[in-house]
Amino acid sequence: MRQTCNSDGGVGSTENVQARGITLLSIFVDTPTAEPNPETKLLADFKTDTHLSKVYLAGREYLNKEGQTSVSPLVGKIMQQICTDPTLCPEYPSSFGLPEFTRRATELVLGRDCHAIVENRVLGVQTVGCTGAVRLGAELLKHWYNVSGVWCGPVYLSSPCDDSLAGIFEAAGIQDVRRYRYWDTEQRGVGVQKMMEDLEMAPEQSVIVLSASAHCPTGSDLSQKHWRLLTQLMVRCRFFPFFLLPAQGLCHGDVQQDAWPVRLCASLGMELLCAQSFSHSFGLYGERVGHLLCVLKQSSTLLAVQSQAEKQVRALWSRPSVRGARVVATVLSNPAHHVEWQEGVKSMVERGILVRERLREKLRLLGCPGSWDHLIQQGGLYCCTGLNVQQVEFLEKRRHIYLHPNGCLNPQFCLAAPPGSLQRRHTPKLAVWLCLSTHRIIRVSCLRSPLPSL
Amino acid sequence: IMSLFGEVPQATPVAVFKLSNDFKEDANPKKVNLGVGAYRTDEGQPWVLPVVKKVEKIIVADNSLNHEYLAILGLPEFRSSASKIALGEDSPAIQENRVGAVQCLGGTGALKMGAEFLRRWYNGNDNTKTPVYVSAPTWENHNAVFANAGFEDIRPYKYWDAEKRGLDLDGFLGDLESAPKHSIFVLHACAHNPTGTDPTHVEWMQVAEVMKRRKLFVFFDSAYQGFASGCLDKDAWAVRYFVTQGFEMFCAQSFSKNFGLYNERVGNLTIVARDSDNLKRVLSQMEKIVRVTWSNPPSQGARLVAITLNTPELFAEWWDNVKTMADRVLLMRASLQAKLQALETPGTWDHITQQIGMFSFTGLNPKQVEYMIKERSIYLMASGRINMCGLTTKNIDYVAESIHETVVNVQ
Repeated sequence: MRQTCNSDGGVGSTENVQARGITLLSIFVDTPTAEPNPETKLLADFKTDTHLSKVYLAGREYLNKEGQTSVSPLVGKIMQQICTDPTLCPEYPSSFGLPEFTRRATELVLGRDCHAIVENRVLGVQTVGCTGAVRLGAELLKHWYNVSGVWCGPVYLSSPCDDSLAGIFEAAGIQDVRRYRYWDTEQRGVGVQKMMEDLEMAPEQSVIVLSASAHCPTGSDLSQKHWRLLTQLMVRCRFFPFFLLPAQGLCHGDVQQDAWPVRLCASLGMELLCAQSFSHSFGLYGERVGHLLCVLKQSSTLLAVQSQAEKQVRALWSRPSVRGARVVATVLSNPAHHVEWQEGVKSMVERGILVRERLREKLRLLGCPGSWDHLIQQGGLYCCTGLNVQQVEFLEKRRHIYLHPNGCLNPQFCLAAPPGSLQRRHTPKLAVWLCLSTHRIIRVSCLRSPLPSL
Repeated sequence: IMSLFGEVPQATPVAVFKLSNDFKEDANPKKVNLGVGAYRTDEGQPWVLPVVKKVEKIIVADNSLNHEYLAILGLPEFRSSASKIALGEDSPAIQENRVGAVQCLGGTGALKMGAEFLRRWYNGNDNTKTPVYVSAPTWENHNAVFANAGFEDIRPYKYWDAEKRGLDLDGFLGDLESAPKHSIFVLHACAHNPTGTDPTHVEWMQVAEVMKRRKLFVFFDSAYQGFASGCLDKDAWAVRYFVTQGFEMFCAQSFSKNFGLYNERVGNLTIVARDSDNLKRVLSQMEKIVRVTWSNPPSQGARLVAITLNTPELFAEWWDNVKTMADRVLLMRASLQAKLQALETPGTWDHITQQIGMFSFTGLNPKQVEYMIKERSIYLMASGRINMCGLTTKNIDYVAESIHETVVNVQ
């Protein structure tokens, strides 16, 4: 059916526009171009790089042996089942998402027998990925943390951390975002002492964002001993922990161990938030399966907090999308599926460890200066090489090997051969270039070696 | 030690959710839910569109599709085909490369992204004080979305005339004339929620004239395209007219209703700019906003819609499915009106067939609504809004009789 009213013809040329007396200036004329997302920029630079054996090592996904993202046969089978299931209806889910999903996601983190669950003081909300969970948590804190006082921060993030985190809190209206030192360049691991020093200085009721396991982007985590020290500090200073758990199971190959710090805090009766993602552990990146867990001190506050969380969700995205959550819920609710999934996760971890060991071994054989043990001490998706900004730039510009500017990379991409490439394995090449890169820095004395603070 | 959330007050429940809950708990076998916001078949069941079932199978069988993250702004073929649906395949704005889009989480997500952008970048870089006008009445979540995006001044514009049970055009135009320049107006593209009353073409032209002259921002909410009249183009008339008038604008589209994909959250924010350079800058800022809200959108629903819209046979089948839904609604409207007339229910009931889309403002007052709920177990919103989809050939007599009884006994 054609439009009936437009006798003028469309808005074609500028003359037409002028003839109607409309101003020529766009209302968006003052909108500046946003600086590109660092990751987008890195990928764009990689894509325009014409060098034949360029390698991208900053990917955010887990890869299979063929160098592709994939879902396990189990997940594939369940997706088929869901597609043909006549009992499933397309209705709006609740703002909290699928109840079976939130229940299982909660149990996965806290353990089924957790006191907090038994005492009914836990709120679970399905979110749009981990980002959605962090955003919802930030909105909840901004609106409702300590109603009697005016709270607008501070929130403490690790240095370094995922580059979108600060922006999420700011978007929720929390401007006071600070850093605590985390990655120690010299130690090539977590600088616990400096971290504790920074946190001792934080004001009471600060929110501390902590990586439960598989820290992004360094892959370096606290030991259990240090977690105990940290939680003592948090209790003493009345800090509020906001955990990030983007890949439960993919750090140690054990879901309980990966969630241990969260369980520790819950067992101490602390209130906490925990943002979870199921992207990596199920290969369901595109489905945006996330979860926000909120543990409260008293069950009497649960209904009120739940009602306010619903309000926040309504204003963000109204309700989440269900397909991915349904798959996860189906797996986690079925004991046999659950075991199969855990085993799959474990083998992903074993493959990851193999790559790290291979990389370290190559570097040792090449006689690369420095210690590279940290490569195998780190866990999860990422690995922080400890290379500084100049070294990373050298790798990018001269060797066409792309790492995060902070020296972090995804070891899985070392093993993957991109389609059509001549090389089957990158690890040897990467090792050689890392080695040469480090040698070169030592020879050229005018270049600084410590990592600038991020 | 006290919880840090110890003083959080209980939020007022969302009215339509509460209504659904009360309905669920009602034991009366004759109960009818006219508050539900989704399509129902004549058996009172949700309906998976046949074309959707078909495309789901295609997707599951396609081994080349992966589960990787979508781009931040979403699936490109979804965004462009969705915008084409709103603006028309041959829209000059599209041909001039000044139309862009952001895939969002449903219509709500699209409104949210648009609101967040406007608060930051429209008319200076702090629009917390810029007035946002929403119709009186409107979908109750409009207020929350804009308020949460940081707008402090959200006002109603006159829209529904309760006495004449129609559009208050003079009031509407009056509010447009008196609104501060650059105010943002949320317009319902078609099938106004909750009144079901849309301006005529001539009335839209009058609205556009004032908005252009007074430099007001056009933000369309299009949740029912195709569902209102059964014809996609007809339902998009207002949006397309504004484009031909040279407006830059946002249009928040939802595919929840017209694809029956309520739970996959398929939405699209279409952006019409003066030229491609402005568009590019706007999209770059949108990316930043998306990145800190949900990072990238879910793939399933968008893929499904994109495949449907871009495959001619599937597109035709979809159009047909949409018409099926729209026709059933029109049938229920006609039946209800006929029955009320046959019963000689006091008052006029023409508005039931004059209104369009899923909803109808019956004109029942709060006391009458309460009577309907308590005495007849017929659930509708306190505003008198009913969802025509809740009516079936089996319950329509009961509903008509109940309305009759209510109007006669309760004033």
